[in-house]
Amino acid sequence: MIGPALFFSACLFAIGVMGVLTRRNALILFMCVELMLNAVNLSFVALSKLHGVGGQVFVIFVMTVAAAEAAVGLAIVIAVFRHFRTVDLGALRLLRG
Amino acid sequence: MDVVHPLSGTIAELIWLVPVLPFLGFLINGAFSLTSAYLPGPLDPSSDPTSGHSGHTGEFPALQATHHGHRHRWEKATTIIGPAVIILGFLLSAAIAWTMIQRGGDAPFIQRYSTWMPAGTLQVDWAFQLDHLSMVMVLIITGIGSLIHIFSVGYMREDPGYPRYFAYLNLFVVFMLALVLGANYPVIFVGWEGVGLCSYLLIGFWFSDTNNADAGKKAFIVNRVGDFGFLIAMFLLWSNLGALDFAGVAAKAATFPVGSGVITAICLFLFLGCAGKSAQMPLYIWLPDAMAGPTPVSALIHAATMVTAGVYLIARSSFLFAVSPTASLTVVIVGGVTAIFAASIALKQWDIKKVLAYSTVSQLGYMFVGVGAGAYTAGVFHLVTHAFFKALLFLGSGSIIHAMHEAYHEGHAHHDDAQDMRNMGGLRHTMPFTWAFMWIATLAIAGVPVFSGFFSKDEILGQLFERAHGSTLADAHWFGIPGSAILYLFYGLGLITAFMTAIYMTRMMLYTFHGENRSDEKARPHLHEAPWIMTGPLAVLAVLSAVGGWVNLPEWFTEKLPVGRTEALHHWLEPVVGHATTALAGAQPPTAMSTELSLVAAAIACALGGILTAWLLLKPAKLTSAAKAPAAHGVARVLERKYFVDELIQMLLVNPVIRVSRTLLWRGIDVGLIDGLMVNGSASVARGIAWVGARAQSGLVGNYAWAIALGVLGLVAVMTLG
Amino acid sequence: MHTDLPLLFTFHFYLFGVLAVASALLFVTRKSPVSAALWLVNVMFCLAAEYVMLDAHFVGVVQILVYAGAIMVVFVFVVMLLNLGHPSETSDFRSKGTRLAAGAVALLLAAEVLTLMRQPWPQLASPDVPDNVVRPVAQTLFTEYLLAFEVTSVLLLVAIIGAVTLAKRGTQG
Repeated sequence: MIGPALFFSACLFAIGVMGVLTRRNALILFMCVELMLNAVNLSFVALSKLHGVGGQVFVIFVMTVAAAEAAVGLAIVIAVFRHFRTVDLGALRLLRG
Repeated sequence: MDVVHPLSGTIAELIWLVPVLPFLGFLINGAFSLTSAYLPGPLDPSSDPTSGHSGHTGEFPALQATHHGHRHRWEKATTIIGPAVIILGFLLSAAIAWTMIQRGGDAPFIQRYSTWMPAGTLQVDWAFQLDHLSMVMVLIITGIGSLIHIFSVGYMREDPGYPRYFAYLNLFVVFMLALVLGANYPVIFVGWEGVGLCSYLLIGFWFSDTNNADAGKKAFIVNRVGDFGFLIAMFLLWSNLGALDFAGVAAKAATFPVGSGVITAICLFLFLGCAGKSAQMPLYIWLPDAMAGPTPVSALIHAATMVTAGVYLIARSSFLFAVSPTASLTVVIVGGVTAIFAASIALKQWDIKKVLAYSTVSQLGYMFVGVGAGAYTAGVFHLVTHAFFKALLFLGSGSIIHAMHEAYHEGHAHHDDAQDMRNMGGLRHTMPFTWAFMWIATLAIAGVPVFSGFFSKDEILGQLFERAHGSTLADAHWFGIPGSAILYLFYGLGLITAFMTAIYMTRMMLYTFHGENRSDEKARPHLHEAPWIMTGPLAVLAVLSAVGGWVNLPEWFTEKLPVGRTEALHHWLEPVVGHATTALAGAQPPTAMSTELSLVAAAIACALGGILTAWLLLKPAKLTSAAKAPAAHGVARVLERKYFVDELIQMLLVNPVIRVSRTLLWRGIDVGLIDGLMVNGSASVARGIAWVGARAQSGLVGNYAWAIALGVLGLVAVMTLG
Repeated sequence: MHTDLPLLFTFHFYLFGVLAVASALLFVTRKSPVSAALWLVNVMFCLAAEYVMLDAHFVGVVQILVYAGAIMVVFVFVVMLLNLGHPSETSDFRSKGTRLAAGAVALLLAAEVLTLMRQPWPQLASPDVPDNVVRPVAQTLFTEYLLAFEVTSVLLLVAIIGAVTLAKRGTQG
């Protein structure tokens, strides 16, 4: 079952990338990133059947980091929204040269 | 060495103190010139309407400063310290010389102070070598140096740069002593460069005048050519002989066959260095210009000591030249040609210092003829006597120039060229002491019997004739020309040069001291004799010029007139140069007394004939002052313009260099390549990259996401395909 | 390993995989953040099922608890907090060309990754992984990766403080 799992993982990752590239909403972008992380997690779990439980341990770490990232990221989104009254990344042009 | 040198434990151990004393003087005087309220050097002549012509005279901006009543704040302290350190050094070296005479010892007394360059097998020490040759030089440097320092007190006291002058002069003595005392070539080279530096500093002492500064630069640059030769010679010595100290080089040189190419190359490169420092063809051009410096400087550096360093170096390296007759003959040729060439120029010079400058070049040529022909003693002997009478002549001319300047100023007269002999004349009435002393020097340089120059010059010519008659040198060949032919030729040229020397010296004396005074009406009553502090050293030098030749009286003289030891200097220098002298002379029968006497007679005839010719032909009364003098024509013009050598150099060397510098180096390489392509080019490249980078930094997260995605795509593609 | 998998098992594995991919596609195409978030929760559930079927029971449970139960709830909560849940708002999709290009990039990426995955996998660890792997996961986590585990706790603490600081109202207007 490793092969199909990896296939699904690749598909999910590609969909995540597509989402990041097509959307401007900061929240949805974050969700896309979460989707990509999940895709990677699937690979980890699938490969842990071959290489031992280290892969599953890594999944736990990835989830922790994802949780931290979501917390900080969403806080930033809230701060941005307060400032710009929108979460559209197209509006964030302060860094524009 | 197990054998204890007879000089160890004596006062000779203190030889290091001789250069250290002037060095202290340099430090103190240098500090004076830095700390005091120092007036800006010479006043700019163009800003001073009362001295319209002083730009041409070169010498004595000092007096203009006097006009404003300034003396340096530390003038009194400098007056004591400046000369005192040299006089102390002279007393010390005299004591050492006395010990040396008493204790004897043929081996050089070498003192090592520290290691300088410990590089593998190359071991160069800071070491002094005291032997008979360096002792003579040390005595000359400190002795003549003391007299010139004392003279300088009178000559330079009014100058605002007085302590600076003495600082430079002291420093010069330090380096000159290092030059003659160095026990290996690198130490000599340090002194060699050091005296070059001091010479540069002192020639351009009144540096706010462009001519003086240019003259300093010219001396420096021309000397570089020679120094390059010296350096190459040292490199060759090290790579081929593996030694740089004199003892080591001498031991190794003896193992080479006579005429060895390597040694000849080393000797020729060394001689290139000597030609630069001692103003021989073709590098003599800096010396006449060097007269831009204060006259005591000309006396000390450009007549008595520094310019004779080349002669000293050849005598010092006699063990090398002994192996190479070709190089020795080259030295003879260059020296002889220089001697007659410079003498002919001196015939038509009007500037009193230029006459003396060319005379110095000519006399240096004599010395080189001497050392080149293997008559090292004769060369050094002439060096010694020349130091006496040429220092006297320069100091005397300094005293004249000093008097002229003061007269112009005190009389508020139109400021003519104070060094032009056409503006002088009749000075014997106002400056009797200077007149008398300078006549002694003139007789000495002309070679009139019993004066010092007679013995030394006669010895060079006599030795030359003897060598031509039959010696190793005469048997050698120089580019196919037999050595004896060359030696005979240069004996003849030497006689002609002696004849010319007598003429131009008498001419100088006649125009300066005799006839009517041609200076400005207003200035004339103010002409006066120099103060005692200046005439005193002149008197001492006059005595030395008169009797200095007695240090090396020839055999024929003492036979008839037993007044002194026969060939004292010759025996004194025997341990140093004796071996080389015999090597170049070869086994030859002693010249018959009659031949020797006829040679002497020829020399005397030349000297007296020259004086007489000049006396009869030249009419000082016909001269007019420089401003009214008509331009010279024909040969006289060629001689007056010094064979147009400077113009030739300007045309063939300087102008092309300037042209290449301006078009290729400046416009092409500097502006085009370095500024344009490299400096501005790299700036534009950076700006271009920055432009591209700035476009990439859109500040939009989406664009960055795209960039990351494409990058990942590319990377994974590489992994997939690879 | 499970060489003789029952057909039902295989069917369910593929089912949840296809469901996950389909939900993900729906997720990225929804305009409304709320529906997108809900589709993402669906993906999470499907993945949890996949984990369980891959014998990673612990990870499957944590997936539901942490992702579906915590992270996604926070997302939805933020959507509601900022009142962004109206699909009538102007679309946040980029232009059509961009979307096509993004789809192409995604397809290419998937193709490349799949190509990479077709290569034979080297077997490194012992294959005899027990069916229930909670104990070995815990053992590895608290022995070999203990330091990383502890550092993660610090990371979470920092994230909490950071989030509170950033979201706090009034400090910077």
